[in-house]
Amino acid sequence: MLAGASRPEWVREDAMSEDFGVVEKPITWWERVWNNGAVRKAVILILLALAWEIYARRVNNALTFPTFSSTVEALWDGAVHGNLLTRLLFSLKVLLMGYGLGIALAALLSTLAISFRLGNDLLETLTAMFSPLPAIALLPLSLIWFGLGNGSLVFVLVHSVLWPVALNTHSGFRAVSNTLRMVGKNYGLRGFGYVAKILIPAAFPNILSGLKIGWAFAWRTLIAAELIFGVSSGTGGLGWYILENKTQLEIANVFAGLLTVILIGLVVENGVFRVIEQRTVRRWGMQA
Amino acid sequence: MNAAPPSPTAVTEPLLDVRGVTLQYKTKAHLVTATYRVSFTVYPGDRFVLLGPSGCGKSTLLKAVGGYLTPIEGEMRLKGRPILRPGSDRMMVFQEFDQLLPWKTVLENVLFALTSTGRLRGAAALDRARAYLDKVNLGKFLHSYPHTLSGGMKQRVAIARGMAMEPDILLMDEPFAALDALTRRKMQDELLRLWDETRFTVLFVTHGIDEAVKIGNRILLLSPHPGQVKAELNSVVDLTDSGAAAKLERRIHDMLFNDRVESPGNSEAISHA
Repeated sequence: MLAGASRPEWVREDAMSEDFGVVEKPITWWERVWNNGAVRKAVILILLALAWEIYARRVNNALTFPTFSSTVEALWDGAVHGNLLTRLLFSLKVLLMGYGLGIALAALLSTLAISFRLGNDLLETLTAMFSPLPAIALLPLSLIWFGLGNGSLVFVLVHSVLWPVALNTHSGFRAVSNTLRMVGKNYGLRGFGYVAKILIPAAFPNILSGLKIGWAFAWRTLIAAELIFGVSSGTGGLGWYILENKTQLEIANVFAGLLTVILIGLVVENGVFRVIEQRTVRRWGMQA
Repeated sequence: MNAAPPSPTAVTEPLLDVRGVTLQYKTKAHLVTATYRVSFTVYPGDRFVLLGPSGCGKSTLLKAVGGYLTPIEGEMRLKGRPILRPGSDRMMVFQEFDQLLPWKTVLENVLFALTSTGRLRGAAALDRARAYLDKVNLGKFLHSYPHTLSGGMKQRVAIARGMAMEPDILLMDEPFAALDALTRRKMQDELLRLWDETRFTVLFVTHGIDEAVKIGNRILLLSPHPGQVKAELNSVVDLTDSGAAAKLERRIHDMLFNDRVESPGNSEAISHA
């Protein structure tokens, strides 16, 4: 016999809501500001700029390490009076051409890879072969094949974008849950429609991270290539701007050129990729 | 084998005719025979339940009806046409909660099914989607994304999506198995209510005897390794008669487990990996 079997039953009424105190209350103004990622990042940027300024003032040598303020000044001067903006536009144009073409080829390759077993083997083999190959190492060959024009730059850019994007997209496709695939098939989707309507959105977190890596690789490759390659058809890009000013010992301008790359990186990350992320994978609950 | 007495609806044409179907699939190391010469017939308006312990191939059988697997022997016909590939005339409702497209809202999920199959478009599709989402009491969540819903709500969306397509047959693969017991009972009641309203045909897979008795009007019992038909039974007519239901459950239980006394406890414990 259970010892507790004779315990009485009891039933309780809910407490009135005014007895609880706080059930739900808005958070403070300060907490809300600090919850904004942009604010936190701005604080980090300000701290970094401050550290730069303080360190450069202590070094006190404009030839090796110009201050933050003189770099900003050089940036402003270069943009308003100099040719920094035309150089930047040139670089951006080549960059977008290479990036776009690289993504298109990556889309083609990963679609083939998910549709056919042989396509899968092809992608795996090609990425294993070419992914470790630094794009810049192909530049001499590229110059022979495509001459001293944008063609050579676009070629090395495509090489640097294609493999990381294709690899990420493909692993994203393969990670799509079997249930979602079956749902797509259930709708009678096949071939391109199936890839576009089911696989691409379902693999979007991976695709997006591939696009981000591709973007960063493209910038690195482009600036490096321009540093080696110099000027083509009278106009050079940012890399050329950096090299040109270095030979003239305009070190503040060199820093301004580098800062431009950094600024563009920040703008694209926070203005483009973050917005895409918020409107897609975060809204869909596929990424925290 | 299948000595089923003529069904009371036998005068009408069978909707789904499965004859002598043997299914095999390959794992990394083995060739597995999931079902061996299974036959059954589903008539319009049936709530046909495939019931059996793990390993009886009931899910595999359902996937074959869905067109995801091709039998190595026998044939399956839907409205007289052989089943060759997946298609929207057989809508699946899966057990997994991730069967909704996470990049579409509740309404868009139902709409997408209607429009991408070309069944309906425009205002007609919108009206149909809304109507079925209202039926499953999700009228207030039309614009929510799936990840904000509870498991039961996700399954309701999946059911609404399947019903909105008004398929020849709705294929449900243990749709309530991943829900908690209270929600499961509620969903079972809801499914029966929906069936009362529209009288769709459903092929329902479960490993719960109580669920089979409650949901089905006709129950196909399968024995495992490989799956073979053990019996085809009529379920109780009056669900409020708990004595009859309990008796049937007892009978099914005995049929499924009596000859396997030597190896107790291996039936429900091994869930499909």
